Amino acid sequence: MLSYTLKRLLQAIPTLLIVITISFFLMRVAPGGPFDGERQLPPEIEANLMAAYHLDEPLPMQYLRYMGNLLQGDFGPSFKYKDFSVTELIAQGFPVSLEIGGLAILLALLVGLPLGIAAALKRNSTVDYLVMGTALTGIAVPNFVIAPIFALVFGVLLAWLPAGGWNGGALPNLILPVVALSIQQIAYIARMMRASMIEVLGSHFIRTARAKGLNEGEVIWRHAIRPALLPIMSYLGPAIAGIITGSVVIEQIFGIPGIGRYFVQGALNRDYTLVMGTVVFYGVLIVLMNLIVDLLYSALDPQIRYDD
Amino acid sequence: MTTDNSSITAPPGAAPVGESLGRDAWRRLTQNRAAMASLALLVLIVIVCVAGPWLLPWGLAEVDWNAFGTGPTLEGAHYLGTDANGRDLLTRVLYGGRVSLSVALVASFVSLVIGVLYGAISGYVGGRTDNLMMRFVDIMYSLPFMFLVILLMVVFGRNIFLIYAAIGAVEWLDMARIVRGQTLALKRREYIEAAHALGVRDSKIVTRHLIPNAIGPVIVYVTLTVPKVILLESFLSFLGLGVQEPLTSWGVLISEGVDMMESAPWMLLVPSAFLAVTLFCLNFLGDGLRDALDPRTR
Amino acid sequence: MTSTPFSKISRHLLATLGGITLAAFALPAQAFSINIANGAEPGTLDPQKTSGTWETRVTRALFEGLVTYAKDGSLVPGLADRWEVSDEGKTYTFHLRDAEWSDGEPITAEDAVFALRRVLDPAIANQNANLYYPIVNARAINAGDESADALGVEAVDSHTLRIRLTQPTAWFLQALAMTEAAPLPEHVIANEAGWVQPGNTVSSGAFTLNEWQPQSRIVVEKNPHFHAADSVAVDKVTFYPIDDAGSALNRFRTGEMDIAYSSVPSSRFAWARENLGDALRVGPLTAEYFYMFNLHDGQPLADKRVREALNLAVRRDIITDQILGQGQPPSFWYVPRNTANAPQGELDFAGMPMDQRMARAKELMQEAGYGPDHPLHLRLNYNTLEDHKKIAVAVAAMWKPLGVEVELINSEAAVHYATIREGNFEVARYGMVATINDPFDFLNAYADNGSASRSSGYHDATYDALVAESTGELDAEKRRQLMTQAQQRLLDDYALLPLYDYVSVHLVSPDLQGWESNPMDVHPLRYLQESEQ
Repeated sequence: MLSYTLKRLLQAIPTLLIVITISFFLMRVAPGGPFDGERQLPPEIEANLMAAYHLDEPLPMQYLRYMGNLLQGDFGPSFKYKDFSVTELIAQGFPVSLEIGGLAILLALLVGLPLGIAAALKRNSTVDYLVMGTALTGIAVPNFVIAPIFALVFGVLLAWLPAGGWNGGALPNLILPVVALSIQQIAYIARMMRASMIEVLGSHFIRTARAKGLNEGEVIWRHAIRPALLPIMSYLGPAIAGIITGSVVIEQIFGIPGIGRYFVQGALNRDYTLVMGTVVFYGVLIVLMNLIVDLLYSALDPQIRYDD
Repeated sequence: MTTDNSSITAPPGAAPVGESLGRDAWRRLTQNRAAMASLALLVLIVIVCVAGPWLLPWGLAEVDWNAFGTGPTLEGAHYLGTDANGRDLLTRVLYGGRVSLSVALVASFVSLVIGVLYGAISGYVGGRTDNLMMRFVDIMYSLPFMFLVILLMVVFGRNIFLIYAAIGAVEWLDMARIVRGQTLALKRREYIEAAHALGVRDSKIVTRHLIPNAIGPVIVYVTLTVPKVILLESFLSFLGLGVQEPLTSWGVLISEGVDMMESAPWMLLVPSAFLAVTLFCLNFLGDGLRDALDPRTR
Repeated sequence: MTSTPFSKISRHLLATLGGITLAAFALPAQAFSINIANGAEPGTLDPQKTSGTWETRVTRALFEGLVTYAKDGSLVPGLADRWEVSDEGKTYTFHLRDAEWSDGEPITAEDAVFALRRVLDPAIANQNANLYYPIVNARAINAGDESADALGVEAVDSHTLRIRLTQPTAWFLQALAMTEAAPLPEHVIANEAGWVQPGNTVSSGAFTLNEWQPQSRIVVEKNPHFHAADSVAVDKVTFYPIDDAGSALNRFRTGEMDIAYSSVPSSRFAWARENLGDALRVGPLTAEYFYMFNLHDGQPLADKRVREALNLAVRRDIITDQILGQGQPPSFWYVPRNTANAPQGELDFAGMPMDQRMARAKELMQEAGYGPDHPLHLRLNYNTLEDHKKIAVAVAAMWKPLGVEVELINSEAAVHYATIREGNFEVARYGMVATINDPFDFLNAYADNGSASRSSGYHDATYDALVAESTGELDAEKRRQLMTQAQQRLLDDYALLPLYDYVSVHLVSPDLQGWESNPMDVHPLRYLQESEQ
């Protein structure tokens, strides 16, 4: 297992190189540049700006320059946030996104898994319909609807919680964004867990286990839940990478200083260095999360082996 | 974990799927009342979206200069109100339904087919192939989607089929990871190894044994993909790739409605209700389908 | 803000909304502190690299110009307490008052020279550098053809600054009021890296930079070394980069924010007018919303008759009243009417009743060879935003009776403006915002080699000559006449389709005094006071 892990980590290097290279050229070939704004600049001034950011050099040259800096761990200065380097921006924002996203995932698992299991065990009962109905509502109402409603109702009208702001991560400021972010995940996890449990409960070996006279609780705890978690893990790998890197909707509506906004706004502003920074960062997370998931597969089901 | 709890799904008895599969499954599906009711309602929604606009007095882009952002009213025949441009909301929701439903159908289908095949092959073949295929998935996850979309637009122009392509291009990744995970677990089961030993062709093992036995999570994930796809379409519209005015979609209508939720709640509620009902139906239909297709229930 | 105004604003809002928290973080009783929802995270606090109001609102609190803005947006002495203009408007001599940087160092004429050289340094790549091109050798320096010390700016002594221009320039003082031109602390900037961070920087303005957490908040506190520190009432200002208007509105409603800039989108305006009454501040703005026409040869809009018809058919009052409803003046001109020295005159049909306008428009379209059987297909580009979409949809509906089939094309801003820059459009939504309170930016854009001229293909030698002449004309009334003639040429040619003059829409707590609407939308913090109870 250790050698497998090491091998996968080594493979991450070419994977990321490909990601960086494709992203770099993809971004640069796309129309619209960092200085295309409402104010069209006089040619002399635009030339100065292009030169200041080395955008006047041939593209392959810029690519080599970027890769050279990257190898020294330098993501360069942000085009848009000129007083900070990309590394500083990510270093300052990621802990915030991680906190909000991590709590949301935790909440989603703590609520979603038991709900899904309960619904599967009481299949086609009132409990099942209630849980699945609620979950569906959670899926049907998108983030960008639920977040403003939360802010308005709990933040302004009822005034139970702050309507927004980070305030150094104080607990009251965390609640609304975490809950708003987790609702959809709760729904996803509950839905998938229910389906997966039903699948497992109907399987041959569970029937065998029951026939052997094993106590029902034991059957469920020892034999059903672990294999049922498998598809959830597959889903959660990339999902976690996405959630802990922040959500632009949640961050904007609740004023959270995370890095989710950089993914969207970096691209909209054509902040090339910032976009590349987020791409590399996200790529590393995706590679790591999928590796962890693959390792967890074997833990959940020892028959899953990676031969070479 | 011990080996005796390892066979997480079907016993070796899973019958080779014959021609009767379709008929069998359909029979079982018709016996599921929730699924049938959902199917009927879905068909009704489709019919209303397709035919409805012809029966309504207002056109898609037609402006009622006397009714900007008015609530539901019989006056002027705006049964569900008008939008901020004085256009009939019911008409627009129905037209939007055509777009959203077709995007949902096509994009979910594309992601289903690519994702399931890709995941099953990757997991079943395993080893170096699996490794390469999954690293490709990692790369696809990591690319900045927005530039992909903008570039698609530059190369191919604005075209509704591009929406399907762009959404399909990202949505199959989760599906592939899920199916691969299931396949990794299934392929060590005795019945698969037995089939293998008996000389059953690999392609047949994948399509007849592996995929049917992973169908539960697949169907649920497809029903989860539908709302994702419908909302993703509204983001594409923001970039200019999705539907263009005067055409609209449920995702676009909902995001327009959010802005107005305090002053004109119907603009949010009407399209949201259409979306929610559709999702509920899809979900019950999906559950029914899963039961009907389950190889063990045969 | 102290707890007193907080509870007052809370009571005020309670009456209308029911159920509001008292904000939890009141400061020590004497401190007068203000929270501002500032729209977006500043990209920089280097006053010579800024590009938007959300940045200059902060930098203007930190750096004082030689001349600066009063609360009504007019120009008043800043670090210079007086100045003379001589040599027929080509030499400016400024006399600096005795003032200090916040570290106690004196502010000298050398600091002003340093700043003007730096703003023209190609490596700084200042986006408004063209405003300083009237200075001797400035253009060549900015193009990298001359060294910085050739600039026509000199420190005669430590308190006297002389600026020489190549030609008289009517709006030059306005350019000096920009934070770009404010003297900079050479002794601090010697090390460029990170000089604007808290702890590293010093300021000449009413406030000093105390804290900057990206995407979270910027805190500035009263600068005891400021030359008019005695008159500054505010002790501390916190800027929050809230980029979602709805969120800014929410936090203003809870009383957390005392000022919320651009926080009332058109979709919430009617609601806000009813519920936030006296906190809602609508003011004029030197910015114009118009549709740019592509006049290049071979384009459908190269035909003046079509341009006139399209202009005739648009009912601007419907757009301003029904769709926006924020009090924007419908516009039949190009330069916003509230701009200082704005030219007069308007589109020739402005007074004509609508039915006559439509009849005339249909006639013109027929003459141009279009009609119901042979419709004109037009592409209309706009950048993605709810209001732009609503307006484009309405305009398309207004053109429909002329037999114009419009294809609406939206894209995100970078693509939209790249499309315009490349001239790859037929009709495109454009918002022109003045950098200085003067018609210069507007008129110059359509003059020879101006941005709008390059994109739209508009060329008119007479227009160019009138604009050039007006820039050098120092007599205000004569200059206005020249600019009026210039604008009229543009309007008589229907070179563009003006829709409305922008307005600013902000929320300001009724407990604050000294905040005034003005066309430049500048609101110096040093004038803010607590209302008398």
